[in-house]
Amino acid sequence: MLTLPKKELIKFVIFAVVVLTMPVWLTPFGASYPGLLQKFAIYGLLAVGFNILFGLTGYLSFGHAAFLGVGSYAAVWSFKLLTMNAIPAVVFAVILSGLFALAIGYLSLRRSGIYFSILTLAFAQMSYNLAYSVLTPITNGETGLQLTLQDPRVLDLAFSEREAGLPIVTLFGIDMAGYGGFYFSAVLLIAGFFIAQKITTSPFGLVLKGIKSNQNRMNYTGVNTRPYTLAAFVISGMYAGLAGGLLAVTDPLAGAERMQWTASGELVLMTILGGVGTMFGPVLGAWIMKYLENIFSAFNENVLHGFFAFLPDNLESVVVLIASKFVGEGWHLTLGLMFVFVVVFLPGGLMEGYRRFVNRFFNGGKAKAEAPDKQTQPAE
Amino acid sequence: MSEEKKGVSRRRVLKTGAAGLVASGVAPMVFTRGAWAQEFRNNPTGAEVTLGFNVPQTGAYADEGADELRAYTLAVKHLNGEGDGGMLNTMQPGSLNGNGILGKKVAFVTGDTQTKSDAARDSARRMIERDGALIITGGSSSGVAVAVQALCQEMGIIFMAGLTHSNDTTGKDKKRCGFRHFFNAYMSGAALAPVLAAEYGTDRQAYHLTADYNWGWTQEESLINSTEAIGWQTTSAVRTPLGAGDFSQYITPVLNSGADVLILNHYGKDMVNSLTQAIQFGLKDRQANGKNIEIVVPLFSRLMAQGAGENIKGILGSTNWNWSLQDAGSQAFVKSFGAEYGFPPSQAAHTCYVQALLYADACERAGTFYPPEVIRALEGHLFDGMGNGPTEYRAEDHQCFKDVLVVRGNENPTSQFDLLEVVQEVPRAQVEYDASIFGGELGPYEVS
Repeated sequence: MLTLPKKELIKFVIFAVVVLTMPVWLTPFGASYPGLLQKFAIYGLLAVGFNILFGLTGYLSFGHAAFLGVGSYAAVWSFKLLTMNAIPAVVFAVILSGLFALAIGYLSLRRSGIYFSILTLAFAQMSYNLAYSVLTPITNGETGLQLTLQDPRVLDLAFSEREAGLPIVTLFGIDMAGYGGFYFSAVLLIAGFFIAQKITTSPFGLVLKGIKSNQNRMNYTGVNTRPYTLAAFVISGMYAGLAGGLLAVTDPLAGAERMQWTASGELVLMTILGGVGTMFGPVLGAWIMKYLENIFSAFNENVLHGFFAFLPDNLESVVVLIASKFVGEGWHLTLGLMFVFVVVFLPGGLMEGYRRFVNRFFNGGKAKAEAPDKQTQPAE
Repeated sequence: MSEEKKGVSRRRVLKTGAAGLVASGVAPMVFTRGAWAQEFRNNPTGAEVTLGFNVPQTGAYADEGADELRAYTLAVKHLNGEGDGGMLNTMQPGSLNGNGILGKKVAFVTGDTQTKSDAARDSARRMIERDGALIITGGSSSGVAVAVQALCQEMGIIFMAGLTHSNDTTGKDKKRCGFRHFFNAYMSGAALAPVLAAEYGTDRQAYHLTADYNWGWTQEESLINSTEAIGWQTTSAVRTPLGAGDFSQYITPVLNSGADVLILNHYGKDMVNSLTQAIQFGLKDRQANGKNIEIVVPLFSRLMAQGAGENIKGILGSTNWNWSLQDAGSQAFVKSFGAEYGFPPSQAAHTCYVQALLYADACERAGTFYPPEVIRALEGHLFDGMGNGPTEYRAEDHQCFKDVLVVRGNENPTSQFDLLEVVQEVPRAQVEYDASIFGGELGPYEVS
């Protein structure tokens, strides 16, 4: 059950090494601090899960943020009611978001294509509005659900006294707010990546690919595709729930804006930016998005002046004036430009860029006729 | 078996997993335990001390955020002995002399809260974990303030709140490391009610439109309590989404509700939009119950007044501070802000500037950056000369108590900035309340 084809195994090992050594190789980029590392691992997981639905099955969900939010709320409630241990929180997050995905998927998957996207968007927006105002007793509305000093925490308080300050999330004694939280998320990301690889190479994954390439033909050959799409949707939703739970584990707060449609849109952007349907692509896209968001939005004019200080004064102020529109509050502009560039020149995302690069320089310019995933694969 | 060759064996997976587990167990010891070598998080050991300015640069409160950032930049200049010193010369007691904080030069990093709790916490974490910010300050939303304040408490970082008007910030969600100079919704209600009674009588029907989040709720609650205490009745209280843009669907029902006062619990661009649309619907020209319909905006600011233009004329509200005040502190601040940027500061700028100075002053008085000592220096601190008259940082809830301004949109402005006219400076005693009425707990000084 823990076997993989050799090619996939190499991918897996590379991926695991890259993820676990992130604190080292991200240092020169100024991104090696726990807050961002955790985001990298968590949003990578989210993108891996999303890719099972969008990349593999071809269903574009515009409402995945809802599952992220459900996961977060479930995890924070687990902290509040049961224990500050991360395990139950994550388990509840996955279960609850799975149930939620089952309900939404059951209704939305009656349609495909753009209608499916709109349905998921509608459900996610409903969830957001519910969380934002109607369900305030459960979600604490705009302020977000937080830990308080008076939380019941039944399991914790059965064994120890209430401490003076707010408790912290732990995994059997390891503090989840710093690097501990990153490694916890990273291990789950690697596990999630492995499961996604297993799904991709399994007969089940083959059916999903079949649905993507031509669902009607699948139906005509007598395959009832509905259970398969629903399963893919629920699995993908559970990944999102796990990511949401991890967000709460590393920072015990759940806000409604996590469910907003912009969050879902961001996820779609990540996947397209990296490369739909590839294993690494979505994760790469997620990392780049989060990096840009954190690093570019932090630049202010002082930083720019320091950066361009070598230029003559007049030129410097002009350059800073122009550059300042693309950083700080304007970082979305940079993202937008990059997205346009990728979609126009590399429709397959950054992974296509990588393949073209490899083809040009290492295969003597001969374009490979077929991409790996178009090879006919023997049924196992 | 052939399986062995092409696949990963159970043994290998277990080994990899074990390595990962060991790494996850050991790494935190290596990385975070290093922090214990120093006395507390982000202890400034070099020649500089870094402050983190977390303000909204995008979203409904972006105007306030931009002005806050201007004020912070100015405060850093003054602390480092550049410029004319501003309030450093007027604050009483004052221990700052333009020599940085405790002899260390002040540097700063900025972040965008986007007026979202998540984003605000992210940028605060970045400033604390990566940039080594010693404190976090700023913000223009109570939801954000409450969220960031909780994060700072976990991390043992002092949070000097920016513009936040909700009762919760220093009420049910108060934290030991969080401090608020700005006034709150309860004070607005208590200051406004007598003026409203005098201007509009005691027999009125009020209709509330409320921004649907933390701040809106507490302001609505406070205003309902204080207006009902003077004999008004509340017809209805309707929640509107933050950043709605179009309020027409909320304003039409007001006309048919029989209410004769519309209370707009909105702020920033929301308030500009809702007020403008209410005026466009002719609300001010109509009558109900034989009285002119009036509009009240409990939390006013000059930036909003500027956005709303003509529509603001004659409308009553309350504010923390206004640049037209004539005391020495306000004048010094307005002068150096004006010299730097060419226009007068808003109340958001004022409160942020004052917060930065108060923190620096508390460090000087405590003689250390060690947060518990700085917190003790701020608690119960009495000061003057910072624009609001004698002010106290109450130790029980970290809320500043001072006079509150009731203002009216100026009918005959003499300049494009002269938009608010001070109707009354309501004395501190009238807006004071018992610290226990909102509940909440400050928590411990030391963070493990």
